[in-house]
Amino acid sequence: MRLEYFQMVDRVTLLDPAVGLVRADCRVPDASPVFEGHFPGHPILPGVLMIETLAQTGGWLLLANQRFGNMVFLAKVRDAKLRAFVAPGTALEAEARLVHDGSGYAVMAGRLLAGGRMVAEAELTYRVAPFPTPALRAQMLAAARRVGVAEEWLDDA
Amino acid sequence: MASTFDTVADMISETCDIPRDTITPESHAINDLGIDSLDFLDVAFAIDKAFGIKMPLEQWTAEVNEGKASTDQYFVLKGLCAQIDALVAAKAA
Repeated sequence: MRLEYFQMVDRVTLLDPAVGLVRADCRVPDASPVFEGHFPGHPILPGVLMIETLAQTGGWLLLANQRFGNMVFLAKVRDAKLRAFVAPGTALEAEARLVHDGSGYAVMAGRLLAGGRMVAEAELTYRVAPFPTPALRAQMLAAARRVGVAEEWLDDA
Repeated sequence: MASTFDTVADMISETCDIPRDTITPESHAINDLGIDSLDFLDVAFAIDKAFGIKMPLEQWTAEVNEGKASTDQYFVLKGLCAQIDALVAAKAA
């Protein structure tokens, strides 16, 4: 994770559009300016960043599902539960499962695990819409390669 | 067995917190009921799940934007329900 750059996913470890499942490794950094404010003397990963981690993990599946033909935007978070504090240095595993692939939207169920224990969960609704600019699509493709999304999912040509 | 309209109206009422008795087959989801795009996603999700279909919202939006269809065709509830019935029938065929 690079919290200051909103890069929550380090590595996609499983991505299977056929069954609608994605998993990713996400290691909380040992130090970050975020922890200076959240909280002084008691650094923990902000809950909103746990949700963002789930959203990004699910987003990789949705993007791969359509070979980056459209962008996905988080639109709704439902039934979010933040079950435990997450300290700097924690190795997290994020998992997201496709609940429904609608037309112009998708719904996923995500959960975040630390050492096999669930620390967060939420149902996430995304809008699926054309990339606003070609540059953003190029950046998303570069980010996908950085996190290890297989080449077979990267091209809609 | 509830009609398509009754099922959809109940979903809209529950999802969007709109009094059920204000929802009629002539209601326009946006202009009359004030459903915004996010709430409409919730309604679409509920409809897709309940009827086992995938409403082609992107296609409908494109048709409206290209002037090939009016919003009434898809967003007045009797029109929406007719579309749902057609999708259910097509799936069963």
